[in-house]
Amino acid sequence: MSTSNLHVTRTSGATKTAALLGLIVLIVLVAAPYWAGRADMRLMGEIFLYLALASLWNLMAGYAGLVSVGQQAYVGFGGYMLFALTMFGGLHPIAAIVLAGALGAVIAVPVALLIFRLRGAYFAIGTWVIAEVFRLSFAQVSALGGGSGSSLPVGIVRSLASSRAGREHLSYWLALASAVIVIAAVYFFLRSRNGLALTAIRDNELAAGSLGIDIWRTKFIVYIVTASLTAMIGALIFLQKLRISPDAAFSVNDWTAFVIFIVVIGGIGTIEGPIIGTLIFFLLRETLADLGTIYLMVLGVVAIVIMLKAPNGIWGLLRSRFDLELFPLSYRVKPNKKG
Amino acid sequence: MEWVNAVVQGSLLGGLYALFAAGLSLIFGVMRLVNIAHGDLIVLGAYLGLTVTTLLGLHPLVALILVVPTMALIGYVLQRGILNQTLGKDILPPLLVTFGLSVIIQNALLETYSADPQKMNAGALETASVSVGGLSLGLLPLLTFGIAIVVIASLQWMFYRTALGRAFRATSDNQEIAQLMGLNRRHIFGLAMALALGVTAIAGIMLGIRTSFDPSIGGGRLIFGFEAVIIGGLGNLWGTLIGGVILGVAQTIGAKIDPGWQLLAGHIAFLVILAVRPNGLFPRINE
Amino acid sequence: MPDPILKLNSLNAFYGDFQALYGVNLEVSQGEVLAIIGANGAGKTTLMRSISGLTQNRADMVTYRGDAIGALRADQVAAQGIALVPEGRQLFPSLSVEENLMIGGQVGRKGPWSLDAVYRLFPILKERRNQQSTSLSGGQQQMVAIGRALMANPDLILFDEISLGLAPIIIKDIYAALPGIIGEGMSALIVEQDITKALSVSSRFYCLQEGRVSLEGASATAAREDISRAYFGVE
Repeated sequence: MSTSNLHVTRTSGATKTAALLGLIVLIVLVAAPYWAGRADMRLMGEIFLYLALASLWNLMAGYAGLVSVGQQAYVGFGGYMLFALTMFGGLHPIAAIVLAGALGAVIAVPVALLIFRLRGAYFAIGTWVIAEVFRLSFAQVSALGGGSGSSLPVGIVRSLASSRAGREHLSYWLALASAVIVIAAVYFFLRSRNGLALTAIRDNELAAGSLGIDIWRTKFIVYIVTASLTAMIGALIFLQKLRISPDAAFSVNDWTAFVIFIVVIGGIGTIEGPIIGTLIFFLLRETLADLGTIYLMVLGVVAIVIMLKAPNGIWGLLRSRFDLELFPLSYRVKPNKKG
Repeated sequence: MEWVNAVVQGSLLGGLYALFAAGLSLIFGVMRLVNIAHGDLIVLGAYLGLTVTTLLGLHPLVALILVVPTMALIGYVLQRGILNQTLGKDILPPLLVTFGLSVIIQNALLETYSADPQKMNAGALETASVSVGGLSLGLLPLLTFGIAIVVIASLQWMFYRTALGRAFRATSDNQEIAQLMGLNRRHIFGLAMALALGVTAIAGIMLGIRTSFDPSIGGGRLIFGFEAVIIGGLGNLWGTLIGGVILGVAQTIGAKIDPGWQLLAGHIAFLVILAVRPNGLFPRINE
Repeated sequence: MPDPILKLNSLNAFYGDFQALYGVNLEVSQGEVLAIIGANGAGKTTLMRSISGLTQNRADMVTYRGDAIGALRADQVAAQGIALVPEGRQLFPSLSVEENLMIGGQVGRKGPWSLDAVYRLFPILKERRNQQSTSLSGGQQQMVAIGRALMANPDLILFDEISLGLAPIIIKDIYAALPGIIGEGMSALIVEQDITKALSVSSRFYCLQEGRVSLEGASATAAREDISRAYFGVE
């Protein structure tokens, strides 16, 4: 076979099938209010929000090498911004969510300038310090209930939709939309010039630097974008919870530990990993949650075993066995069609 | 005088933070590992102390005789059993594995001891104080500070004057060549972790005498230790003590202004130093 | 001829994912000085790594005093009495000169070499013993690296490119000191790019080319044209 009969492509049979299946699944999910019960919808909403958080954390850690254990800073920040902007700014909740994202990006700039001075694992703990600073600072704001927190006033909740069912449907759709938007954003980001730069950095930071890729700038952009989207998801999370307090908003367990487990179990550094990881995480939670602390210990053990024995996670195992890729990111060489 | 008092009490508190930090600093110096579970191991040390004191009726300081070797053994086994497998160029595995350990330890403590705050009883030591120049200094904080100095001086001596310290430094410089000298790096790393957790046991017991503790406070202790390390400068043990003192003083002064500001003031001091001197005040390791 | 102290038995070894040695057979007798020559990339470094345990192979591919040591780790090999003077000297920068020497002795083998013996061999090191090893000149660093290996009192010492990056006059000094270093009973394996130097101190030589032994023989009677053919692989 001569090379003229080959072409380079990103798509494969699997990616096309996956795209079609994905579309069908998406349509079914959008229609959930017509077929799913109230409890199921709540659970699915939570799954989508975790999927979004996990995809964002994966973009940072798996692609940009920025391992953060402090993303709860932006979840909590977004949540508090929702409360502050609706209660004192008189904004409609949806406008407040968008603005919370913008403010998240703004606050992330000085934070990044500071903690980017720390390398590797020290960067990770630095992000945690930032989250603590956020938590302690919001606990000082008495207008937002100080250390004990506050509830979203009924009027603001009503402004979302007059009926309870309407509100529940809307918040379900918002959660679904956030997951879709985040995954799409990550996907298109990785296909962009910046994304290619990221892959280059991940593969070899030194070589990428010598190729003229501005590593610092690329990582900075990823950090800011992630912070902004995480803040919006945080706002959504607390729009569902209707109550916020510093400890809940800036919980390292809820918004970072679980997210890390999801990504590690599913497969770090792939778009598919967080999706698989989220499904496994919720499957485990729904079956083992009665065990309480034991469940968390099991989760920790599973994550450690996966990190040691299969560092590319469940998706990595599947992919290496079947040469699969659902999101067309890597290039493949294919024979041309006859004719 | 009130302010002088705040500074002095804060400095003494810094001794405790230096104890939190010493193990972290040692581990990073020898194997470039940052242990996210470090804070939870401090709390584990406190709980082991609690068990020993309640079961055997020992004074917490006497309990050190049992808890320090136990923690050292845990450290050696942990390093050889799990952590050695994570060491390499990629920073993700050690970070995520120690993060997983942190969650496991925290929940195991929760399962064993419940979430109720506990405290160790050190009898008269807790309230005794001496009067120096008009200031009343608690015997316990003084003792903690003294222990911190002794621990750091011993680590320093071990690191620069003993065969073990030489092996630590050689392995840290170049693992392959150290291996050629007959040093098994897995064993050396195991010994370093054993030593670090021995120090961590001391930190845990001093913490458990001073304040009440529960399984959830590990993260906070990790952060204090980490801040002391970064303020003092990576790889500098005496710098770590100074870092602890700066952190402690910032916290007591913050608390003096407004009780809610205690922790915040410490973090802000850390961030300011990070902004002005990114490598800390007295760095030894250039990364 | 006495029993060989070291034997390589069809050694296949890899440098990363890349096979660097193909079926290498080699023997070193007690007290013998053997030279390994070959161009860059011929597999000399992988050979040294395989013997010293930095690269682990199938156990029976390397036998030492009759024991299969191919799968042992470097620290275990060192304890058996094999020491390596690595290419580029590779001293420990955070250790002083004396500490570098002492860590070589940490294996704990008995023998003629001690701090005093090394200082007698290289008196300049005694003057510099409290300095950081990085503050020494290249030649002095090489002395520390050799002294560090001797401190282990090895039965077999491996020299990997000891003249690399040193001034000719210093190379001359170090080679002049070699007979004194490789004393009674100690065997040595010298990897060297300078063929004349290597042949002058050795009794036999092996030439490696693309991972295979292309020539072996007595150093004294080696014909230059045979060597250059074996070295470069050109007819």
